[in-house]
Amino acid sequence: MIRSLSIAALVAALLGVSGIWLLSLRAAIPTIEPPAKNTFSAASVSRGEALAAAGHCASCHTRPGGPELAGGFPVNTPFGIIYGTNITPDPKTGIGLWSLEAFGRAMREGVSRDGSHLFPAFPYYAFTKLSDDDVQALYAYLMTRPAVSAQVPPDTLPFPLKIRAFQEGWKVLFFRSGRYHPDPSKIDQWNRGAYLAEAVADCAGCHTPRNSLGAEKTNKAYAGAVIDGWIAPALTAANPSPIPWTEEELFTYLRAGASPLHGATAATMTDVIHGSLALPIVPDSDVRAIALYFSDMDDANARGAGIEATTREALATSALDSRQEQDPDADIYVSACISCHYNAGPVPLSARPELALNSALTASEPTNFIQAVLKGVGDKEGAPGLVMPEYASALNDGEIARVAAYLRRTRTIHPPWPDLEAKVAAIRRQSATR
Amino acid sequence: MTNFDLNGRTVSVHSSDDTPLLWVIRDELRLTGTKFGCGIGFCGACTVHVEGRATRSCITPVGAVGGAKITTIEGLDPEGKHPLQTAWLELQVPQCGYCQSGQIMQAATLLKDYPHPSDRDINAVMAGNVCRCMTYPRIRKAIKLAASRMQGAANHG
Repeated sequence: MIRSLSIAALVAALLGVSGIWLLSLRAAIPTIEPPAKNTFSAASVSRGEALAAAGHCASCHTRPGGPELAGGFPVNTPFGIIYGTNITPDPKTGIGLWSLEAFGRAMREGVSRDGSHLFPAFPYYAFTKLSDDDVQALYAYLMTRPAVSAQVPPDTLPFPLKIRAFQEGWKVLFFRSGRYHPDPSKIDQWNRGAYLAEAVADCAGCHTPRNSLGAEKTNKAYAGAVIDGWIAPALTAANPSPIPWTEEELFTYLRAGASPLHGATAATMTDVIHGSLALPIVPDSDVRAIALYFSDMDDANARGAGIEATTREALATSALDSRQEQDPDADIYVSACISCHYNAGPVPLSARPELALNSALTASEPTNFIQAVLKGVGDKEGAPGLVMPEYASALNDGEIARVAAYLRRTRTIHPPWPDLEAKVAAIRRQSATR
Repeated sequence: MTNFDLNGRTVSVHSSDDTPLLWVIRDELRLTGTKFGCGIGFCGACTVHVEGRATRSCITPVGAVGGAKITTIEGLDPEGKHPLQTAWLELQVPQCGYCQSGQIMQAATLLKDYPHPSDRDINAVMAGNVCRCMTYPRIRKAIKLAASRMQGAANHG
């Protein structure tokens, strides 16, 4: 009995695997002669350039310091490292022999020209929403870039995850092919923002938590997630910022990398802004559209009434200093932080990120606060021209925990973060292995 | 190799990216007006400007300022006559003088942000700059003198 059951199980498993295998088969699309650059209209190329910028293609398809779009950037996934591919029109190592059809299928179905499945580190599940015209424009832009011959290192996914055919199973479970459909109840600017956020920039890629198989949890859209050791905050009503992200604040932040009432960007979002949304080729109107879309998501514009009062309260705490205060934990703040973070008011200066308004302090986890203190902010990160030194060698775990606890206690209304010192130690260890 | 602008000229330095900017400025570029104090960003002696803003150079890795504009006390004013520097001289602020370049660089950022600093502003923004000779009252006075002259110049300019 047991024996026949196990045989049945084995047969079922084999059928399952071969079923996925059969399903996974996709035809190769024939190669083409690389199209001459003058076959693409200037308008199409420039439209593609703006889309490629807003979609920050270069951030995963350009290795640090390497030639643009020639691949080699290591994407750290929980399953292993996947290297961004060479998407220049080089015939051997890039996409020079790809037809528009092959390119469109890769973008919108996650299938490479040769018929093999792409890993969802490449967000085809978002790009599937792209319009035909935009796919064509992106193709025109990429095929007119300088061809760069560059082989990309093989990914480090372990067996059996590296078997691309198994991606069919992932697609059956999580992937739904289909274009973006405008919401007729919303204005055009909102729909443009939704399209850019969902189909082009893939904001959900970082701001939506993923399940154990790496797929976005659709029932927790934009609920916030951990990315590269930092927290990409929730973009819903659960967003921890004391001041609501109004359209105006979001626009300023996405365009400049900082806004006076929210502070400066850091980590992964730095690339999204300075390598993408802040580029002049991306029109103001598109950034405004994204700002409107997300300010509507958490009803921020309607909550604008309390901004002045919240700012006033926050700035009152900015005045706390050693001479007025008996708090023994204030000493580190006074020696190391206040000279740059103090604000006199009535509104904070952009160059003085106000900690009492910063979501790094109000978030439920201290992750972003600890990361910023340990690593600082370089001049290519955050807001242009604003540098924060790195305190990794200056402060020990206990000291960072103390300053975090002090600021959380004096600048926010939130309960203390538990296990702070252990969390600092863990983040320090994690950074050392990266 | 990192390139940046130091006091108006482009420099290329060979120190590794994680070398503190302070050592690059003092040892590789040989500008010694910027001082080493505590080495952990707690005393302010190493303060320089990165893109015009006071920054502790002892814990800022040079790799983090590639391409940036760095100004040290030597470059604050081409003739060493920034209003803060002249006020410093006039009021004979320094005693041993070790912390003074950091104090002046920090004060310059203070006046940029708050052209009429209150005592509270001065206390807060200058809190991270320590003076073991306790010249604080004279530092405060010099900051206020410079502020009034800069304001006057702005009004008449």
